[in-house]
Amino acid sequence: MSGASHRISGAGRFSQAKTARFSFDGQSYAGIEGDTLASALLANGVHLVGRSFKYHRPRGILSAGAEEPNALVEIRRDAARKTPNVRATVQELYDGLEAQSQNRWPSLSFDVGAVNDIASPMFSAGFYYKTFMWPKAAWKSLYEPKIRAAAGLGVSPDQPDPDHYSSRYAHCDVLVLGGGAAGIAAALAAAETGVRVILADEQAEFGGSLRFESGAKIDGQDGFAWAQAAVAKLTAMDNVRVLPRTTAFGYYAQNFVGLVERVSDHLKAPGHDLARERLWQVRAKRVVLASGAIERHMVFADNDRPGIMLAGAARTYLNHYGVAVGRNVGVYTANDSAYAAAIDLKKAGVNVAAIVDLRDNPTGPVIDEARALGIEVNFGRAVIRAGGKLRVSSMTVQPKNGGGERTIPVDAILMSAGWTPSVHLFSQSRGKVAFNDETKRFVPGTYAQDCVSVGACNGTDGLSATVDEAYAAGAKAARDAGAKTAKGTKPKVDASESWSRGMLGAAPGAGPDTTVKAFVDFQNDVTAKDIRQAVHEGMRSIEHVKRFTTNGMATDQGKTSNMHGLAIAAEMLGKPIPEVGLTTFRAPYTPVTFGAIVSHARGPLFDPTRKTAIHPWAEAQGAVFEDVGQWKRAWYFPKAGEDMHAAVDRECVAVRKTAGLFDASTLGKIEVVGPDAAKFMELLYTNPWEKLEPGRCRYGIMLREDGFIYDDGVVGRLAPDRFHVTTTTGGAPRVMNHMEDYLQTEFPHLNVWLTSITEQWAVIAVQGPKSRDIIAPLVEGIDMSDEALPHMSVREGKICGVPTRLFRMSFTGERGFEVNVPADYGQAVWEALWAEGQKHGAAAYGTEAMHVLRAEKGYIIVGQDTDGTVTPNDAGLDWAVGKKKTDFVGIRGMARPDLVAKGRKQLVGLKTKDPKVVLEEGAQIVEDPKQAIPMKMIGHVTSSYWSENCGRSIALALVAGGRDRIGETLYVPMPNGVIEVEVTGMVFFDETGGRLNG
Amino acid sequence: MLLIRCPYCEEERPELEFRNAGEAHIARSANMAGESDDDFEKFFFIRSNPKGIIYERWRHMHGCARFFNAVRDTVTDRFVMTYKAGEPKPSKLPGVGK
Ligand SMILES: [Zn+2]
Repeated sequence: MSGASHRISGAGRFSQAKTARFSFDGQSYAGIEGDTLASALLANGVHLVGRSFKYHRPRGILSAGAEEPNALVEIRRDAARKTPNVRATVQELYDGLEAQSQNRWPSLSFDVGAVNDIASPMFSAGFYYKTFMWPKAAWKSLYEPKIRAAAGLGVSPDQPDPDHYSSRYAHCDVLVLGGGAAGIAAALAAAETGVRVILADEQAEFGGSLRFESGAKIDGQDGFAWAQAAVAKLTAMDNVRVLPRTTAFGYYAQNFVGLVERVSDHLKAPGHDLARERLWQVRAKRVVLASGAIERHMVFADNDRPGIMLAGAARTYLNHYGVAVGRNVGVYTANDSAYAAAIDLKKAGVNVAAIVDLRDNPTGPVIDEARALGIEVNFGRAVIRAGGKLRVSSMTVQPKNGGGERTIPVDAILMSAGWTPSVHLFSQSRGKVAFNDETKRFVPGTYAQDCVSVGACNGTDGLSATVDEAYAAGAKAARDAGAKTAKGTKPKVDASESWSRGMLGAAPGAGPDTTVKAFVDFQNDVTAKDIRQAVHEGMRSIEHVKRFTTNGMATDQGKTSNMHGLAIAAEMLGKPIPEVGLTTFRAPYTPVTFGAIVSHARGPLFDPTRKTAIHPWAEAQGAVFEDVGQWKRAWYFPKAGEDMHAAVDRECVAVRKTAGLFDASTLGKIEVVGPDAAKFMELLYTNPWEKLEPGRCRYGIMLREDGFIYDDGVVGRLAPDRFHVTTTTGGAPRVMNHMEDYLQTEFPHLNVWLTSITEQWAVIAVQGPKSRDIIAPLVEGIDMSDEALPHMSVREGKICGVPTRLFRMSFTGERGFEVNVPADYGQAVWEALWAEGQKHGAAAYGTEAMHVLRAEKGYIIVGQDTDGTVTPNDAGLDWAVGKKKTDFVGIRGMARPDLVAKGRKQLVGLKTKDPKVVLEEGAQIVEDPKQAIPMKMIGHVTSSYWSENCGRSIALALVAGGRDRIGETLYVPMPNGVIEVEVTGMVFFDETGGRLNG
Repeated sequence: MLLIRCPYCEEERPELEFRNAGEAHIARSANMAGESDDDFEKFFFIRSNPKGIIYERWRHMHGCARFFNAVRDTVTDRFVMTYKAGEPKPSKLPGVGK
């Protein structure tokens, strides 16, 4: 038990608890285990905990729960574990906790930024929109960084998050969200039937408002004690999972609910085996919403002074934590519930200076009891202003219709404008709220999902009615989810409190005729005046008012402010509240860490990494890798002292001089098999296939129905009913999907099977004049002569004793082969070929050299030289379209007027006038570089390289009417000057193609 | 996350096993090459994009890999029914009043 100044002996539920030391802004304090950071600060008389977002006004603790807009602090565990914007009202205290205030400089009590408060007319609603619109360029470089620095809400951690997070999927019959009296009663009713139940509550302890409702008695016990016993019973049941410290933040389609469990943020030294947070993704047959209600503050001048808080919160601090929030408190209310706070505090020995009640002549037992205790009660009066700066020091009271003022010294003001049902999750479930005109509140109206709201979130008043409703709803949810029997008994409410009604909007003294700062939204510093100004400037819908003022747009999502803001706007517009409408509630209900959402999916687990069978060899050789989709591909193989340029030049020259080995395993491969395989190929590719002899290959082009190139690759016919199709590396999955789609839905009459074989075969390209000499010694059962195995043919046989599909084909323009072997043998066969290659001076080459070599020959890469708007004709590939065919995917799209029009962009070659200049890929091309800006751009560079084999730079480009421009000079304007280029054909090396058999 | 019943697996499975594949019941012409520009435009570009009941294709990508058809309400995202590819557009929908 600590000797903190405001801890009341005998009060609260932690009188036996151990002391927990903590620090706030470097100052050391004592709290007790069971405290929140907020209750521990209040126990030490500390109200001032932060500065506000825009005006840097001193702020205290408003609430005792998740709705807290003010008391946001940074919690530090070590250099990497610095969590900003932690609500002090939610953070549980542990021994050694270190907290810092935010948004102040140089100190909390003296903050330079508070000058914004004096200059506040500048910062009124819509200020950012109006002031920083011009000049546009200044936004990014000048205004935004300054504003962000000045108006921060905490500081982001600057090191990687060292904690780990976990993630669970769960299914249940009945999911109960909220563990107050309603949620517990519903969970009991459902659990007693034997169905699977999950009960979750955001607090460390179950009980909800029973934490402070000292007048509640259930089954003969104090309400809170009953809650603990009931939850203990539920926890012991096999069919029930009880989740404290777990917030349901999102309600998605078909009763799919996202919850985040705070696993170890409350522990002094969480072991590393413990996750920090756990994400629960629960699919429930039925959901019971028991999310309670949130108290609203009173909107009056300077209602944000530290020491001014919600009455229910003050009561929680007293009855649950044993902390008096002041020694001489004032109460300002428009409903009954604040009286109970005054009564409890008075009984605990705190002086209650006065109760100021806006209502004219309210009657009831709490009012009588307050009077009987000797508390001064004033009706029909308003608090028109609060005194004090770093802590409230007085409240000034005036009859609500005007008259003489009276200032009463206080050190805290407890306020209550009434309670707002928490319909956030209901609204997220796409249910429609309805406005109850009598009680002036939005309650669940039309349901969109299999859920039910019970208790305060349903607008049900009184503990007895709440428990009845919740117990019946829990039992019904269980029955609807399939329960057969029920054998429980409903909890009996022996005594309860009742408080309803209240007021919405600004109180007297903060009306339209005033210029006072009466805060509606504390976190975003929005006043009643700002809301009125938004309406005055033409905002009509509440969604516009919200965006113009930012009311309700902070991380607290306006839990305390939305209804006040709406009422003020409605009053200004002269419309009833439901006509102005409520803003939509969106997930998350409270902020969720990225860690909880990402869970294990970070670092190497963020995305799968695909590696070829030959990857370890390339790694051992010192290859530099590049990412191609999920694949790691060897980019180039630098020798000692070589940069990329030198390595690529050497690799390119070696291929054309002797030979090169290239790992082509990532190429997509699909086997098309069946009696109708050729018919299917005819429909999916532009080329003719029926007459392709088994053992021969063809370069195929695949279009989409719109006539544009979708993919390409070499296809080998292994047998009349079997094709080995290759695709681009990145295109493999979508090509497979495209083929399956047509086979299953458009051409289901064709008897064909499709199998992805990308991972089954490792592919080793051996290219160059010596390629046959390298391969031949290792091959069995295949005649390697040009007569038996001409260019564009395929044979099955053995290499190094393992099966191979040996393709004679070339993506370099040299004599070339692609050796397919089962992936398990990929590296062994590569090493055998490498050993042979060494006898001939062969080099390993990577993807960069592959790109250069193919460009020297004008072979396109789909996705680089094409962009989804290029037809076969545009790419100079008309020869690959079967002229006699009557159907294939894309045949009609290709004939659309625009696609056959003159002047389309066509692929051509470009040679710079200065052969040393290498163009930039993506650079724009113009006819006349002297024309005015913006120039008419007639095309762009798609591929560009230094070609050591050609001794100059080479490029491919898409140019309007390109083939008719061959020989013309065009221009590429760049920041450092205009580059002159000549339009050429696409083949830069060995135009006759003789080297294919060289 | 939606729950979708695969008519081939005859099981309700989570959405992440599936891929949407656009509007259903748009038949490819048997005489594709002979289609007029207008007919091709209707076939390839024009989609109904209704507020309410939509007939669409889905693929049970990470399950049986079959394409099938579904009836979904675009307002609530609720699946009214699913049926196999090639089956006719249902004339009556369960639980949808007019
Ligand atoms: Zn399936």
